[in-house]
Amino acid sequence: MKYVDEFRAKDLVRSLSGRLHEITTRPVRIMEVCGTHTMSIFRHGLRRMLPPAVELVSGPGCPVCVTPSGVIDAFVELASRPGITITTFGDMIRVPGSTGSLADARAGGADVRIVYSPMDALQLARQEKERLVVFLAVGFETTTPTIAATILAAAKNTTGNFCIFPANKVMPPPLDILMQDPELQVDALLCPGHVSVIIGAGAYRFLVDRYGLACAVAGFEPTDILTAIIALVEQINRGRPEVGNCYGRAVTEEGNRKAREMVRTVFTPVDSDWRGLGTIGASGLTLRREYERFDVTRRLEIRVPESAEPGGCRCGQILKGISRPPDCPLFGSRCTPSAPVGPCMVSSEGTCAAWYRYGDTL
Amino acid sequence: MCLAIPMQVIEIKGGGDSLLDPPVAVVESDGIIKEVRLDLVDRSPGVGDYLIIHAGFAIHCLDAAEAEINLRLMREMAEHMVEEDNGGQS
Repeated sequence: MKYVDEFRAKDLVRSLSGRLHEITTRPVRIMEVCGTHTMSIFRHGLRRMLPPAVELVSGPGCPVCVTPSGVIDAFVELASRPGITITTFGDMIRVPGSTGSLADARAGGADVRIVYSPMDALQLARQEKERLVVFLAVGFETTTPTIAATILAAAKNTTGNFCIFPANKVMPPPLDILMQDPELQVDALLCPGHVSVIIGAGAYRFLVDRYGLACAVAGFEPTDILTAIIALVEQINRGRPEVGNCYGRAVTEEGNRKAREMVRTVFTPVDSDWRGLGTIGASGLTLRREYERFDVTRRLEIRVPESAEPGGCRCGQILKGISRPPDCPLFGSRCTPSAPVGPCMVSSEGTCAAWYRYGDTL
Repeated sequence: MCLAIPMQVIEIKGGGDSLLDPPVAVVESDGIIKEVRLDLVDRSPGVGDYLIIHAGFAIHCLDAAEAEINLRLMREMAEHMVEEDNGGQS
């Protein structure tokens, strides 16, 4: 597969790993803030190829995981109402709220369907005109433009029975908050690849300026990730932090302007509540007034209840990079992928799920 | 959730009307063929180009020249070490 296989070549991976061992002369803590990176690092066994002095910690990179339990409860409550069809990406369906998950609601008769694209949800609304089809809009900058494009299509087609439940989030504000946390000592940031396709490598420059943080944008193949880690260690060795772009085939300095423009047309920033991090200013998105008829929380006057995290669950600390999954008393005993307590164990990109699945290969 | 994969364009369809006939690309990877919307790409792709696909939309048209540079930089980084090794042995 072109643009994939070349970046998985074993000899190149080995050489890059060797190079990293050579240049690493002191402990380096690197945070990755992309669930797809987390999974790729585990799946390709990259942790075993790193020098012992290089430590990777996972941050709030999984959109499903950072959605607080109150929002999940609101999703589940909405699903149980008559005439409502919930559409969602598959990751969300088993995440437990305080009263159960969407999967539980479905087992109880609610109409909950997994879609691959928000456009599939709009298509469904056109086919089933007697139902109100609601798409659960969870996701970061990569996903939000696809939702914006879907809203614009719904507006053009005057599809009256399609709504979203806006729960989108943006990445830079929580990174800003995290870097101010004295408990979290990280030297470098492995910047997300496909978020950066949209926001551009330049979006992380404030972290260099404000916190002297070494940054590198990485793709998802093993060579991509190793190259970015080498770039980070080199920046630290030189004492000159910057934003390195190690995913040049997909990421530019300024990102995808057209996609961002579409997001700006449809959405406007709002304060948003993050699991583990609390409320962060301008870190979420809601629909602009011109499109608020597509916002189910306005249309049906839905109030999101207070979040109550499950007892003993450390997902909040894990999402901040302060605890590791094995530090959680529930990990692997009361909380497993088949009977998850917290979202980090549910999502295929959750940190706990990755540790549980691949932990013995560390 | 931000999983996105490169797929090659084998056909461009539509585009006559943004409402009734939006532009879509037929893309292929490892025998899987699907249609994706082109609303979000910043550069219109042609047949043979590679697109990064996310949730039914192309979000980026891969730059072949940039991909080569990307790969060359990695190889240079790796070779740099081999040369240094040889240097150390001689």
